[in-house]
Amino acid sequence: MTVYFLCVVLLTMGLYCLVAKKNIVKKVIGIVIMEYAVNLYLIIVGYKTGGVAPIVEPGMGETALERFVDPLPQALVLTSIVIGLGVLALMVSMCIRLYEKHGTFDMSHISKLRG
Amino acid sequence: MENITPQLYTLLVFMVIGSIVAIETRNLLSAVISVSAVGFALSVAFLFLGAPDIAITQLVVEILVLIILIRGTILLDNTAVELHRDTLAVIVSLIFFGLILGFGAMIFGSRGFPEFGEPLMNVSRVYVMRGLPETHAANIVTSVILDYRAYDTLGEATVLFGSILGALAILRKDGKVAKKEEVVPA
Repeated sequence: MTVYFLCVVLLTMGLYCLVAKKNIVKKVIGIVIMEYAVNLYLIIVGYKTGGVAPIVEPGMGETALERFVDPLPQALVLTSIVIGLGVLALMVSMCIRLYEKHGTFDMSHISKLRG
Repeated sequence: MENITPQLYTLLVFMVIGSIVAIETRNLLSAVISVSAVGFALSVAFLFLGAPDIAITQLVVEILVLIILIRGTILLDNTAVELHRDTLAVIVSLIFFGLILGFGAMIFGSRGFPEFGEPLMNVSRVYVMRGLPETHAANIVTSVILDYRAYDTLGEATVLFGSILGALAILRKDGKVAKKEEVVPA
């Protein structure tokens, strides 16, 4: 259960970085940390004590199949990691545009301008 | 198999410390490199947790994240982050910290929530037992993403396509109208 709590601590630190920091690169880093925490949490929920990777080898019996870890969270987290990369590329391109327009990454300077 | 809990705790504590450094350091390059260290530790943790596919994907994606963040942001501006604290935001995030930890304690401590190391395998048992005969894929994760849940993978490709399309549209230097205006005065 402590493992779950460490994941939650990681998630909350990402949330703090997203809310309290003024620099938009820091905000992007906060979102990335939150992604890591959620992915790790899902994989940890699917872990079985003494489990092995869900890959069938020749000569494995029914009892060997019982020792596999849960393959379903792994498949979904695989999707989630790749989507995270796409979303990061979108966020960084927005950061680049904001920098070109305002000449700074600081939110408090950017939000003074209306438009 | 051996007990992996000590290694997992070590990696998680390393990840938490790396995140603290990434959040609190005032140099943007240090922050980006710290968050990459967290990602590589995450990849090793996936290896310990019996997920080699995820570990490989995480490794590749982490390198790409490092390249995108450095090329996209650090090269533009690597000045030190200005130090001004927003008291309201700090208080709000502390409140959320407490709320999330409290709800986590309620949920993780309640009955029926799977303990660490004892997953609910209600759906996955079918995949594990029938994966090889039905899909002829030795890797059960592959048989799930490419056969049983192939629509999810199609949706993933759609989201990825959309986000890259959005990034290209945002980063495009000048539109078609601007190009015509350039031609006219000449």
